[in-house]
Amino acid sequence: MKCVVCRGAAVIDVRRHNANFCGEHFVRHCGEQVRRAVEDFDMLQPEDRVLVAVSGGKDSLAVWDLLVELGYQADGLYIGLGIGEYSETSGGHARRFAESRGLTLLEVDLPGEYGFDVPTGAKAARRVPCSACGLSKRHLFDKAAVDGGYDVLVTGHNLDDEAAVLFGNTLRWDTDYLGRQYPVLPARNGFPKKVKPLVRLSERDMAAYCLIRGIDYLVDECPMAAGNRHLIYKDLLNDLEVRSPGAKADFYFSYLRNAADRFREDRDESVVGECSRCGSPSQGEVCAFCRLQERAVPVTFGGRT
Amino acid sequence: MGGMLVRLRNPSREVEMPGPALVSVLLERLGINRESVLVVRNGELVPGDQRLEDTDEVEVRPVISGGA
Repeated sequence: MKCVVCRGAAVIDVRRHNANFCGEHFVRHCGEQVRRAVEDFDMLQPEDRVLVAVSGGKDSLAVWDLLVELGYQADGLYIGLGIGEYSETSGGHARRFAESRGLTLLEVDLPGEYGFDVPTGAKAARRVPCSACGLSKRHLFDKAAVDGGYDVLVTGHNLDDEAAVLFGNTLRWDTDYLGRQYPVLPARNGFPKKVKPLVRLSERDMAAYCLIRGIDYLVDECPMAAGNRHLIYKDLLNDLEVRSPGAKADFYFSYLRNAADRFREDRDESVVGECSRCGSPSQGEVCAFCRLQERAVPVTFGGRT
Repeated sequence: MGGMLVRLRNPSREVEMPGPALVSVLLERLGINRESVLVVRNGELVPGDQRLEDTDEVEVRPVISGGA
């Protein structure tokens, strides 16, 4: 296989673009895809202060690297979730990446600062671990972005993530969730602006980008994600993709073009107040994160079972 | 007993597979969807049409991550 740009030896084939790339031109291709996403969806302005949600995995380190390469001023935020050795390892990857590039990495430690870890929180709230984890991360990332005066919060959601979420939302015809699924969510009701610059790139693209750029990311899967519904949807969509290259991108971008606006009208735009405990935006008196903490902390300290 | 050493993950293990074989053929033999992995030969990323030899060390690296 030859690179479509320089005719040198290709290292990766991207079937949905009917293109093969050498390392150098694949890196440029990824930068161009991010630039287009940022422009098409009006994600970032050159002067924005950007906070990147960093896990130590391929997507978050790649998006941080890509944005810095495109000239954005981007800091990272890593949240220690207390998932045993996995969290220790993932934090190491995030710290080494930041140090190697002279970037600023902020850190929040869930057990140290809030008194519970994800496994305990999930058990206490009778949620699946990914649900308790996602709730905690959203709350802490939003809070850090607002408290830190950042203009935009960036997450590393890629095309596969978005297609899998869309698939799940469509299976249930969940109009409220469908209405929220867009690569940009504007700042509103005390929440920061949130953007997903990797929507034009797949998980395979991001792993390849990290390998080519020498980014040492955490390869192993989170031990708590086994059986996660989105993993099942991703497998199904990849079965489709291998038979019909471009199917995932068609599914997602056709939705954005042809249907997203209809569901955005269905969004629940109820007035949001403030959580009486932490002051974060909340539709109830106490926000979902504080309710999770209330349940989890007594269990952590052996008070309530 | 010869063959290329292939490292797999989730769960982490090593298997010996007969070579030479194209990357795409190796993945078919292993029953792995090419969209869900990258193949790394002796530390270098390789595309589907590359021939892998008995002497190669090969990593089949999953690219799918979970979470909500």
